[in-house]
Amino acid sequence: MSTQPANSPQTPVPDSVKAAAARNRANPKPITSSMSPLGPKQFGLEEARHLLWRAGFGGTPNQIQTLVSWGLEKSVDYLVNYQQVAGSEPDPKGFRSDIIRPPSAEERAMAQQARRARDEESLARLRVRQQEAERLDREQVRAMQKWWLTRMIETPRPLEEKLTLLWHGHFATSFRTVEDSYHMYAQNNLLRKHAAGSFADMLYGIIRDPAMIKYLDNDESRKGRPNENLARELMELFGLGVGNYTEQDIKEGARALTGYTFRDDEFVFERQNHDTGVKQLLGAKGGFNGEDFVRLILQNRACARFVATKLYRYLVHDYPTGRKGVDEAANSVINQMADGIRRDNYAMGPTIKRLLSSQHFYDPRIRNEQIKSPVQLIVGAARSLNTPVRDLDALLDAAKLMGQDIFFPPSVKGWDGGRSWINTATLFVRQNTLVFMLTGKRPMGRDPLADKEPFDAAPLLTQLADAYPDSASGDPERVIDAILQFAVGRTDAASRDTLEQFVRSHGGRLTPKVITDIMLLITAMPEYQLC
Amino acid sequence: MNDRIPSAFTRRQFLTTGLTLASASLTIPAFLNSSAFGLPRNWWNGTSTPGAPDERILVVIQLGGGNDGLNTVVPYGEAAYYKARPAIGIPENKVVKLSKSPVGLHPALAPLADMYNDGQMSVVQGTGYPNPNRSHFKSMDIWHTADTTATGDGWLGKYFDAECCGFGKGEGGRPEPNPQAGIAIGREAPLAMKGRMVTPLAFESADLFRWTGGDVSRDLTPAYDQITRREAAGTGADPESNAAFLTRTALDAQVSSDTIRRAVAARPRSAYPQSELARQLQMVASMIHAKLSTRVYYVSMGGFDTHAGQGGEQGRHAQLLGQFAAAVKAFYADLKLQGNAERVMTMSFSEFGRRVGQNASNGTDHGTAAPMFLFGPMVKPGVLTQHPSLTDLDQGDLRYNTDFRSVYAGVLEQWMKADSKKILEGTFNPLGVLTKT
Repeated sequence: MSTQPANSPQTPVPDSVKAAAARNRANPKPITSSMSPLGPKQFGLEEARHLLWRAGFGGTPNQIQTLVSWGLEKSVDYLVNYQQVAGSEPDPKGFRSDIIRPPSAEERAMAQQARRARDEESLARLRVRQQEAERLDREQVRAMQKWWLTRMIETPRPLEEKLTLLWHGHFATSFRTVEDSYHMYAQNNLLRKHAAGSFADMLYGIIRDPAMIKYLDNDESRKGRPNENLARELMELFGLGVGNYTEQDIKEGARALTGYTFRDDEFVFERQNHDTGVKQLLGAKGGFNGEDFVRLILQNRACARFVATKLYRYLVHDYPTGRKGVDEAANSVINQMADGIRRDNYAMGPTIKRLLSSQHFYDPRIRNEQIKSPVQLIVGAARSLNTPVRDLDALLDAAKLMGQDIFFPPSVKGWDGGRSWINTATLFVRQNTLVFMLTGKRPMGRDPLADKEPFDAAPLLTQLADAYPDSASGDPERVIDAILQFAVGRTDAASRDTLEQFVRSHGGRLTPKVITDIMLLITAMPEYQLC
Repeated sequence: MNDRIPSAFTRRQFLTTGLTLASASLTIPAFLNSSAFGLPRNWWNGTSTPGAPDERILVVIQLGGGNDGLNTVVPYGEAAYYKARPAIGIPENKVVKLSKSPVGLHPALAPLADMYNDGQMSVVQGTGYPNPNRSHFKSMDIWHTADTTATGDGWLGKYFDAECCGFGKGEGGRPEPNPQAGIAIGREAPLAMKGRMVTPLAFESADLFRWTGGDVSRDLTPAYDQITRREAAGTGADPESNAAFLTRTALDAQVSSDTIRRAVAARPRSAYPQSELARQLQMVASMIHAKLSTRVYYVSMGGFDTHAGQGGEQGRHAQLLGQFAAAVKAFYADLKLQGNAERVMTMSFSEFGRRVGQNASNGTDHGTAAPMFLFGPMVKPGVLTQHPSLTDLDQGDLRYNTDFRSVYAGVLEQWMKADSKKILEGTFNPLGVLTKT
């Protein structure tokens, strides 16, 4: 494809814009790879806004302004060391652990007898009972989806939830296979506990996690006939990445994991099913068990870099992109992060803090260039625009239509993220989800409560006037600029003109109705999908 | 203007003037790109990629709830059938007899008799899979993934991925996503269509495949159009940035939405009965008529979970079958009028059949093996496989004799010209489904 700029008389692009675009393309400003902290004077509204979006789900103008007044160091510390912030305990709903449970001895005997006697009626009754439990459990996993989405929208510790979502996609486990909602919940708590903490503890935890054991068939792995699924993913997807282990390592690793299973909701080590023999694993030799296997992965140089890459891609930028200048800078930052993670024995907090304070993180070419995940889009709108939540079922359905069904990742690879979120179908769903949140308009019909729960633009305007003093006069042009700056992180002449024209043709005044209309247009902008 | 550089083609021009050549190659929507590269091959004209039968279309009809196979294709010659179903069995004199076959159709399926007699319909008896699962969800997932553990991507999704997004084998070695490769009529794309590279389009009605903000305030639309129909080059964004990518996709979405809504809004060419399935198939026929690049359409109807009061020759199940038959008949009448019938194969399935014996509520409970139907002028007509025994049962259920994945394999290999082993991740002896391939 040619990289020459458009040069057609029919294309309505101002020459100045084309010239600037051509200059940028011909001579792109390199992205800094410096991990040194941003200077204190450089942490302004745009930087604070960026930090809130990446270390969380965006913020209101007030929150942006608060971070600016705190300065970089305090802001990053507040977001990353979130244990200081009072948060709700993870089990406010009291989810039931006994919906899916192993049959009691009595039930087993009954079923056995019915089968032996070919008692079709009793067997049918047992089947109905089983189906009823499965139905209840599907209801519970739905309740858990609502609980988590609400938590993300309401938490005072946004980074905690954001990273929990990262690890959910990293250690991707789906209810579709696990078929026990409580196991999904327990895993969610495991991931949350270590979200910004120790990756090592998380990896040690995951090989004893019933959901994961079930998902990757380790409950069927025993001495003499090991199942390789968990061993493979532990290296390929969880800890090392392709190319850092051999097929032999998978075979030997699987032996080390034999006997790691669960009973009801608890991890169980079945000694009699464990292969105690000598294994050749990742360059070492010994009678390794699962914990030894994890230790060998953590000792491998590739591991810290693998974790650093994951964090970088989630918090900063796509990598690799195949783009000159971008990948070099990213690569250098990832190496620095990997060194830090190793130095800290897999405690991730210090490296995350350093990253979120770094000059690289605030580079203009890093900002407003990340495609929001469906959850980020929804939670972000609720948190930053303060839209009503309206209907959690509708929002979860929308997230699923956009490709992200929490507790149901598509495969053990998790969600691909980035551009894979976007296609012609999902883009309409994204726009229409924002229409729903702002107005209650559903694709078909209307939320009956829409008028009782209108989007209130007034606080947004007041807050904008505080944070962006230029807009305090109420002059529509200034206000539109401030809204654009706040909602999409940039203003451009074409969008401003379109919106101004709209306001002018609607009496020229920024009534709540006009502001809502403007928000409908802004959230339909391609740029609104970015943060 | 240089017409020797066919890549020079902007979206705005496509939107406003059609196939005018201009510059700004970077702004070409991904799925218009190849068309512009080789102007003779325009997807909107339905011209095919050399070597791949782009003109062939598969329509899948899902019958949700577990359709009672034994009252759909009736083994009227067997006493065991009437013994097991004293209240709901279809009397022999009401069954629509099928030539050269010991089984016949439910009388409500009479509208299909002409298609059957014209050699445009096949019945695949006894389809199922090992260790049948009687949960609606699980069994449906098994049919969708073509995997008895019900995990992994959808079988049609894997087809899109393997065949470069259902758009031919890829030119110049580069896969080329076709955003309209699969269209499902419904709120959500079925698991069957979900792959890695392509997300199928899904909409209940074409009118929903668009921005709904215009319904809130109609006068928002002009501003919305300005905001979403921009050229990436006009925004000054780095063409490789995500911002430019989003601007391009936004324009793609507008074009796609316009095309599909215009197609479906076109005046109907023939009459359809009043039913949800008929409405869906009419939409599909309109999109086929409009020469979309879509290879697979997916429609569905529910209500087949007839645990109680199922009825016999009349009643609930009969109504459902009647709607199904009338809709399929109208669909092919429309396609024939369009001259497109030869391009379209239709396949119907349900997640399971029902138990052989009726239950105490004159209904039937979840069972196992059941028939599938194939429609179209080129299908191998007749009853293709053995009817399962009514006496050699597995805990009161029919034993399947045809793995449904053999039917998928036949459709993939012979109709779609695709590698079924790669897509189904296993070897399933492809059932012969075409008169000639």
